[in-house]
Amino acid sequence: MADELLSAPMTIEYPFTRTTGPVIGAFLTGLREGVVLGIKRADGSVVCPPTEYDPETGDALTEMVELTDTGHVMSWTWSGEVREHQPFDRPYALALIQIDGADTAMLHGVDVDGPEAMSTGMRVKARWRSEREGHIRDIACFEPEVTP
Amino acid sequence: MSTANGLREVAVVSSAQIQKRVIEDQSEPEFVTPLINEARDAVGFTQADIGFTCSGSSDFVAGQAFSFVMTIDGVGPVPPISESHVEMDGAWALYEAWIKIQTGAADTALVYSYSKSSPGSLRDVLATQLDPYYQAPLWPDAFAIGGLQARALLDAGRISEADMAEAAATAQTNAVDNPHAVRSGATTAEALLATDYVADPLRRHDLPAGADGGIAVVLAAGDHARQAVERPAWIRGLDHRIDSHQIGARDLTQAPSVALAAEKVGLGADKVDHAELHGAFSFQQLLLEQTLGLDPASTTINPGGGALVGNTMMAAGLMRIADAAAAVRSGRADRAVAHATSGPCMQQNLLCVLEGD
Repeated sequence: MADELLSAPMTIEYPFTRTTGPVIGAFLTGLREGVVLGIKRADGSVVCPPTEYDPETGDALTEMVELTDTGHVMSWTWSGEVREHQPFDRPYALALIQIDGADTAMLHGVDVDGPEAMSTGMRVKARWRSEREGHIRDIACFEPEVTP
Repeated sequence: MSTANGLREVAVVSSAQIQKRVIEDQSEPEFVTPLINEARDAVGFTQADIGFTCSGSSDFVAGQAFSFVMTIDGVGPVPPISESHVEMDGAWALYEAWIKIQTGAADTALVYSYSKSSPGSLRDVLATQLDPYYQAPLWPDAFAIGGLQARALLDAGRISEADMAEAAATAQTNAVDNPHAVRSGATTAEALLATDYVADPLRRHDLPAGADGGIAVVLAAGDHARQAVERPAWIRGLDHRIDSHQIGARDLTQAPSVALAAEKVGLGADKVDHAELHGAFSFQQLLLEQTLGLDPASTTINPGGGALVGNTMMAAGLMRIADAAAAVRSGRADRAVAHATSGPCMQQNLLCVLEGD
């Protein structure tokens, strides 16, 4: 019996890349440019963030539309405990935000001091990161819209 | 023997379960194996009498690839067995086993599911079930995601915070004698409403009662079931449906997949004596009662407290089916319905109607 153990190097890796496709990819590229895109359904309503298929019927969707970076809060929760990986190192509101011109909602954080500053229906605006890479977190968060 | 609609008669003939806040000293195979033995022994079966075996568990919760393979050793897979696994609550493993029996490829089945989530942080791990491009990168925790649905229901006037507290108080009070409950004790809605928010608008009692545990169930067709038990709990309706993965594209005040499944199983065709609902959050139980049109005056709903007093990931749905079947087998109910759910804001829903002869 050999008293020398055989060994070989092993590196765990994922030797493949994924493409985000024509719809999600276009949306993420838009974020890099500071633009929010949605996609039209057959009935003219708009899904944002856009999906390749109608969330209800499953029909393929292709017509992208440019929206704004403002909207209103459809629902929200106060996330009072700071948790790993989340967008903030302080308590924040997690919200479903309906972008103006869209008929569905985007999940994101809203940066306010406390739950008393949140309400359903409140107007919000995206706060963009200065360095963007085509990622949902190119929007740092949303914040209450300041009306001039 | 087949029924009028051409389906084979299949019954839930036995079950065994464990559920604790934390199962400290045992690994999953160590606490699941005795359940498998207990469920088979109850009807005098060995693995040789089982035609198909199907399990439900999650690698994301176990933190390990192909984690389910280890519990198969507890089943006894030699000589080779016909076996499958779903990365779903065990209720969906039961669905696959029921289909297998319908095809005629098996007359009996062993179904089990389990998880031990306590070593990790389940509320954070659950972010991985969300949309991988738009939602998961924000790492929203499961309590906050639940809070979005609760707020939508509150804003729409479908429920109130007092309704939620009442549902939780009832569940905790019902659970006093339930050995599998991890959150129990006589309390009142007033007392619960006086506590602080954890994830506004949710208080501690509104949140899932996290637990470690497992459940094993034996299914048998026709005469196999009649020989196994005096009063089989026949599966007379079984259906599962799904809503959009995009929670922002759903009306969170509705549960269309629950309503559709209820229609498909013919729930409204006759009275329901007993209901076991997998509402992990208090408001989800209320939404389920409303959607299914259940009236506590004529239907016993979650008499042991249901998932509100113990929500073992991957097993809580199959536990509901096992509890509803036990009510039928004991004669406490002639017709029962069990509900299981999976995914964010009750995205996927399964209903199982069980009846005695």
